[in-house]
Amino acid sequence: MSAPIELKLHHTMDRPDSDNLLDRTAQGVISAPLDRPEGPLKVTGRATYADEDHPDGTVHGVLARASVARGWVVGMNTAEVRAMPGVLDVIRDPRLLRSPAQGQASRAPVQNPAEIFYVGQPVALVVAETLEQARHAALAIRPDYEAREPVATADGQPCETPPAKQATQGDLDAAMTAAAHRIDVTYTTPAMSHAAMEPHAAVASWDGDRLTVRSSNQMLKHNVAELADALGIRPGNVRILSQYVGGGFGGKLGISHEAVAAAIAARRLGRPVSVALHRRTVFEATMRRSETRQRVRLACDADGRLTGVGHEAWVSNLKGERFSEPVTQATPFTYAGENRVIGHHVARVNQTTAGSMRAPGEAVGVPVLECAMDELAEAAGIDPVELRIRNIPSEDPSTGKPFSSNRLEDCLRAGAEAFGWADRRLTGQRREGEWLIGMGMASAVRVNMLETSEATVILLADGTARVETDMTDIGTGSYAILTQIAAEALGLPMDRVTTVLGDSDLPPASGSGGSFGAASAGSAVMLAAQAIRTQLARRLGCDEAELTLKDGAAIAGNRMTPLTEVLAGDVLKGNGLIKPGKTEKTVRQATWGAQFAEVAVSALTGEVRLRRLAATFACGRILNEKTARSQCLGGMAFGIGSALTEEVMNDPRDGHFVNRDMAEYHIPANLDVPEMTVTFLPDRDPHANPMQAKGIGELACCGTAGAIMNAIHNATGIRVRDFPATVDKLLDRLP
Amino acid sequence: MPAPTDHPITLTVNGTVETLVLADPRVSLLDALRQRLGLTGTKKGCDHGQCGACTVIVNGRRINSCLSLAVMHDGDAITTIEGLGAPGALAPLQAAFLHHDGFQCGYCTPGQIMSATAMLEELRAGWPSVVSDDLTAPALSDDEIRERMSGNLCRCAAYPNIVAAIRAVADAAAPAEDAA
Repeated sequence: MSAPIELKLHHTMDRPDSDNLLDRTAQGVISAPLDRPEGPLKVTGRATYADEDHPDGTVHGVLARASVARGWVVGMNTAEVRAMPGVLDVIRDPRLLRSPAQGQASRAPVQNPAEIFYVGQPVALVVAETLEQARHAALAIRPDYEAREPVATADGQPCETPPAKQATQGDLDAAMTAAAHRIDVTYTTPAMSHAAMEPHAAVASWDGDRLTVRSSNQMLKHNVAELADALGIRPGNVRILSQYVGGGFGGKLGISHEAVAAAIAARRLGRPVSVALHRRTVFEATMRRSETRQRVRLACDADGRLTGVGHEAWVSNLKGERFSEPVTQATPFTYAGENRVIGHHVARVNQTTAGSMRAPGEAVGVPVLECAMDELAEAAGIDPVELRIRNIPSEDPSTGKPFSSNRLEDCLRAGAEAFGWADRRLTGQRREGEWLIGMGMASAVRVNMLETSEATVILLADGTARVETDMTDIGTGSYAILTQIAAEALGLPMDRVTTVLGDSDLPPASGSGGSFGAASAGSAVMLAAQAIRTQLARRLGCDEAELTLKDGAAIAGNRMTPLTEVLAGDVLKGNGLIKPGKTEKTVRQATWGAQFAEVAVSALTGEVRLRRLAATFACGRILNEKTARSQCLGGMAFGIGSALTEEVMNDPRDGHFVNRDMAEYHIPANLDVPEMTVTFLPDRDPHANPMQAKGIGELACCGTAGAIMNAIHNATGIRVRDFPATVDKLLDRLP
Repeated sequence: MPAPTDHPITLTVNGTVETLVLADPRVSLLDALRQRLGLTGTKKGCDHGQCGACTVIVNGRRINSCLSLAVMHDGDAITTIEGLGAPGALAPLQAAFLHHDGFQCGYCTPGQIMSATAMLEELRAGWPSVVSDDLTAPALSDDEIRERMSGNLCRCAAYPNIVAAIRAVADAAAPAEDAA
């Protein structure tokens, strides 16, 4: 094979896209509802996740964990445990982590297992020949503690109030006083857990100074930097493989205990080491979404036009963590109102580390704002959909910047029509036997982002192509959409494009998170393919814009030439790099939607049965209608969990995570999820990226829980202001 | 501590007779499949029988392989996801999960498909469930599928597509049975 002829195409989003390549290509695979190319491996059990494909001689590590919430480990029965059958090592290395790294940290998180900050924090790694031996020995670890009184919960604790996270505009107090209608309510949402089906796992092996870790991670370029920093080695000596990731939802953004522990152990023992976290360890020692307390103030005139919007949030995290749940992230621009207050307060507690979980901020902030809007609609006697439409601002009301695109009204109108919102009755007016029936709705909104991303596309002499990037597919459909983008841009059938992901030795992508993965990694792939288009056009003596590529042939100047002929034995390589630029600052970018729910609430037991959910979204170009819809179904089900079942319970004495397993932390099961419909409005956003696509997977869980809560109110007349709406919160208030 | 003892057992896994010498009676069926036999298609989600990711079929019945010790299965016939079909030769449920996008991350998927395989047999055999209208002859309603698949959690929540995939296979099979 001849050496590839490479062309780079690097692009910064300083201007809105005017080329719109994917609307002038001819292959017809972009947006099509195609099956996932890696699907056959997944449905046959051949896709190998982190704790699979063990190298020969792999031994097993299990983390021993703290039983106190705060203090120091001053001793440990390590000699006793080392003597147990099969035990190879008991490791108390100061490089072991206290907390996993936060998303995009690119440096080590807080380390040192000797100081305890929460119940369940790892204190040592026990390694043995077999998993059974390691598990047994880890349970035999008995640390000696010098314990301190923990801050078990945020209740009544002093808070940090970071100045950069507060904002005031006009005079909200005066607006509240002058308002025709006003709402001043406080809601709470519980801590939540990502609960991805694949527990965190890492298998580490060393070849000289070079470390390879099979792991379950979302953002490999950041993870390499984090792992290298935590271990004190050069990033160039670290390779992470995450070809298949069994769900992330933010819980695998940063490196976690298992990767660091496995790497340290493998180095000490000279053998590959697998550390697969037990499910209980995943719950207690990885990440949670913070609980929130939210005060919402809304003031409007007699016509329902907002004059004031206040949204203040209280959240918690461990000491030393910079992340705090950005609850009010979308509030500054969702609705109009000249008088505004944004507040953000953080309490420091001795609980599991709080970090990003699917749609950090909006997932809990939007439902609460939307419940408050429902309360205001009722107070003002205005239909909830109409109230929202009356308050859609023409520009970002907090900054005065234009929207790149604001499709909220379109989503609300189309969604209401499709759902049959006109059939909604006033509160408590519909009953079918035992069941009280209600409808509710909420707007959905989520900020839209682009992150630096690089990819390579190689067009081989035989007319097949390969896409390479360290992007991950955590179930979102990266394999599908990146293959589609390259196939579309190069005019190739899907089966002539192979996409290789999840290897940190490949060009660094954004990683999966913040719903920016498809837009960022996808744009990089598109640019890489475009670089190949440019090379092909040169060979054919035409402009790239005049080139049509379809079914493995190039059409230029009324002449069709097979790509193999254009290539003439050469291999063409395109390198694409996308960077965020001025469009990130000059316009407000967001994705939009409207969610509608119908519930039945038992008048006897308070049981809530969700009957149907319908959502309409506008989120730019849809890259694959099938996987995009699946992302939305999953996001909406996430919202069902927030509304009805999910809640981390902490012991008020020591803050420990009480319901730390899948039988007690209730993610929705199949029967909890009813018929759901998803509609995408045709949409393009030239400010977003050169594909004009936007984020999807998080938007779908923003608002859902609000729609369900509002439906419960419509059915019963009960406002549950303490998520989730479990039976105990309804039972004594039923009509 | 008790000295390790050998526990030779014979399993028929996907039609192949496998003799395993387990030096440790604590090995679960799940870990025996994944670590001793290299069949990593069966997944470990919770190791506590709470999520269903480790579902396999033992002597025709679906079980959570994490809740069962390997030594309890001497002589048993076990079917795992690898025994149902392969890429390029998918079983009908595997093809339907692919086409209906009945998965996202894919981690719970083998368990879902094994569970669905056995569940359809249970329904054919007339086993009722808590949502059955007729306890003697339950019909394949969507709620019947949802209820019977509720032991298999999916955090990606591919549930609506899982129901569609199972329904497609059940509907395709129904006329053939009538004809027979």
